[in-house]
Amino acid sequence: MDATILSFLLLDGLQNGVVYGLLALSLVLVFAVTRVILVPIGELLMFAPLSLVWLLEGKLPGTLWLALVLGGAWALMARGRGALLPLLGGVGLFLLSLLAKGVPPLAYLAAVLLVVYLGVASYRVFFQPMRGATVLSLLIMAVGLHVAYQGLGLVFFGPEQFRPAPLLSGEVVVGLSWQGVLVLLFAALGLVALYLFFRLSLFGKALLAAAENRLGARLLGIRPEEAGMVAFGIASLLAALSGLLLAPLINAAYFMGFMLGLKGFVAAILGGLASYPVAFVGALLVGFFESFTSFYASAYKEALVFLLLVPALFYQSLRARTVEE
Amino acid sequence: MKRWLVALLVLGLSALAQEALKVGVVVSATGPAASLGIPERNTFLMLQEMLDRAGGVAGRKVQFVILDDASDTTQAVRNTRRLVEEGVVAVVGTTTTPASLGMIPVVAEAKVPMISLAASKDIIHPVDAQRYWVFKTPQTEELMARAIVADMVARGVKTVAYIGFNDAYGEGWARFFEAEAKAKGLQVVASERYNRTDTSVTGQVLRIIARRPDAVLIGASGTPAVLPQRTLKERGYASLIYQTHGVANPDFLRVGGKDVEGTLLPAGPILVAEQLPGTFPSKRVALDYIQRYEAKYGIGSYSTFGAHAWDAWLILKPALERALKRADPAKDLAAFRAALRDEIEATRNLVATHGVFTFSKEDHLGLRFEDAAVMVRVEGGRWKLERTFR
Repeated sequence: MDATILSFLLLDGLQNGVVYGLLALSLVLVFAVTRVILVPIGELLMFAPLSLVWLLEGKLPGTLWLALVLGGAWALMARGRGALLPLLGGVGLFLLSLLAKGVPPLAYLAAVLLVVYLGVASYRVFFQPMRGATVLSLLIMAVGLHVAYQGLGLVFFGPEQFRPAPLLSGEVVVGLSWQGVLVLLFAALGLVALYLFFRLSLFGKALLAAAENRLGARLLGIRPEEAGMVAFGIASLLAALSGLLLAPLINAAYFMGFMLGLKGFVAAILGGLASYPVAFVGALLVGFFESFTSFYASAYKEALVFLLLVPALFYQSLRARTVEE
Repeated sequence: MKRWLVALLVLGLSALAQEALKVGVVVSATGPAASLGIPERNTFLMLQEMLDRAGGVAGRKVQFVILDDASDTTQAVRNTRRLVEEGVVAVVGTTTTPASLGMIPVVAEAKVPMISLAASKDIIHPVDAQRYWVFKTPQTEELMARAIVADMVARGVKTVAYIGFNDAYGEGWARFFEAEAKAKGLQVVASERYNRTDTSVTGQVLRIIARRPDAVLIGASGTPAVLPQRTLKERGYASLIYQTHGVANPDFLRVGGKDVEGTLLPAGPILVAEQLPGTFPSKRVALDYIQRYEAKYGIGSYSTFGAHAWDAWLILKPALERALKRADPAKDLAAFRAALRDEIEATRNLVATHGVFTFSKEDHLGLRFEDAAVMVRVEGGRWKLERTFR
C-alpha cells in the first residue's frame, strides 16, 4: 500500500464515519431520553432524499400522506389544545409540499420538515403511549416500525435508485468532492450545535436532566413527553439533513437506510449507548475499519464490521455493575 | 386479486370450450420480480387474443391458464400443482430462478413438460431424471460470460478484474466468468465483492486500480451496478468497463447518466433489434414481437423479458402441432404430455426473438451464444449495437 491509496482510504473512511457518527449521536440522544433504540433512523434518513426527488419531479411523495395520517392520529390522541400543533403542522406541511413541487429551495425545506414531522409524529403515536414499557418492548416496536417504513419506502418510491443533483459539484482534491466537504462541514456544525445546545440552552439542559434521571427531572417540572418529542425531532433533523447531503454521493433507494442505521448503531454501542464523544469516535472507527476491510477483504467486509461489536459488548458486560430497570 | 379474476375468467372460458388445450403459465406479476413478470404475463394475454382470433393450434382451441406466484417459491409450487391437476399439457414459467427450481420436482413427478423463463443454468443442467422434463428460454450467465470473454479477447485484453454483488448473482458471475476467462488465457488480477446496499466501494476500486487491469467486469444488476462504475471513473480508471445483462433496463441509464457512457455489456439481440444487420437470424422475429407488443401496450413498453415468454410459445406451438398428430390429449393426457416433451426436445433451428433454439438430449437451453448474445455499448444514453459474434 502506498501513500495515495492510504490517503484515499482514510478520506473515504472519514466521509462515511462522520455520517455514522451523526446517526450514532441521534441514537444515543434518543435512547438516553426515551429508552428507545431508534432502529428506523435509517428509514427517516432515506425518506428525505427520495421525497426530495419526488417533489423536484413535481409529484407529491407518498411519505407526505404517511406523515399526514400519523399527524391525524397524533391530533386524535392529543385532543383539545394539544391537537393544535399537529393539525397546524400537518396543514402547513401539506401547503408547503404543494408549493414546493418543482421549486428546488422549497423542495429541500419541505423534505426536511416532512421527515422531522414524521419522526416526531412517530414518537407521539407509537412510543409515547408505551413509555412505561420495558426497553425490550420499545425495541420490538422500533424494529416493527423499521420493517414497516422500509416496506412503505418500496411502495412509495419503487425498487430502483435515484440520484438527486449535488448541491456543489466538482472536486476539491482528488478523492474529495465538494459535496463530500459539505458532508464533513455539516457533521462538524452538527457536533458544535449539539454541544452548545446541551451546554447553553435551558431546553438542552432539561433534556440532559431528563436523560440523567427521569423522575428527578419530572419533579423539577420537565415533561418527559416533551423531552421525547424534542429528542425525536433532533434525531430526525440530523437524519434528514445527512440523507439529503449524502444522496448525491451514494444514490438513494428504499433499502439504503438499514445498513447506515445499523452501522450508526454499532458506533453507538461502542459508546455504550451513553457517551456522545465515544459514540462519535466509535463511528469514525467503524468508517475507517470498513474502508480498510473493503480494500483487504471485500467479501467479508460486513461480517468484520459487525464483529467489532463483540469486543465492545464484552467490555460493556465486564464493566456493567448493576442491572438497569 | 387481479390474478384470481384472470384465473376465474380463464377457468370459466375453458368450461365453455371443453376440448380446449390448456397451457399452464406461472409468472411473477407481483412482488420484487414484477418488472420482469408483468411483460411476460402481458405477452401471454396478447397471445391468447391472437389464438382466439386464429382459432387455436391445428384446429384445437388453446387456453392459457395464467397464475401469479407473487415472486414467491411456495406460491409457484402451489400454482404448478393446481395447473397439473387441471390437466394442462405443459407449464410455462416462472420468472425467477429459485421458484423455477422449486417447480421442477412437481412437473417431473406429474410428467408434464415445462419451459422456464428464468436465467440460471441450474434449471436445465445437468439433464437428469427430473430435468428431463424441463427446458428454458433465457440465456444463462455462462453463455453471457462467454460473450464477454470473446469480446475481451477480440479487443486484445490481457488482464481483467472482477467486482460483483456479494450474493448469488455476483458469485454465479464470478464462477462462470473467471472459469471462461482463464480458459481463454486472460489473467484475472482481482476479484472483489460489494453489497447492493453499500454506500462506498472505494476500497475495492483502489485495489482493482492498483493492479492496472485492461478491463473490469461489474457483476451486478439494476441501479446498484452504477456505484462501482462511477467510483472507477472518479478514481481515474479510463480503460474498458463491462457490465452484465442485468443492467439492461432504462433505470440504469437514468441513474448512471454520464458515468455509464461507453459501458459494454452483453444482451439478448432483441434489445437492439432495429440495429441488427439484416442477416441476423432473429431480427425479423424480434421486430415482429416488438411491433405487436407496442401496438397493444404502447410505444417503448416492450422489454427483453416479455420476449422470453414469446420465445417459449414459439417453441411450444410447433411442438404441440406435431404432438397432436401422435396422441390425443382428450383420450390419453399422459401420453400426450410425453409426446409433447419429445417434440419440444426435437426442436431444431427454431428462430426466436433471442436467438436460434436447437435442443438435444444433453442441452435443454438450446441457444448458441453467437445467435443469442450481442455486445451493446451505452452511447448518448441509449443502447447501441457494438458487435455481433456471427
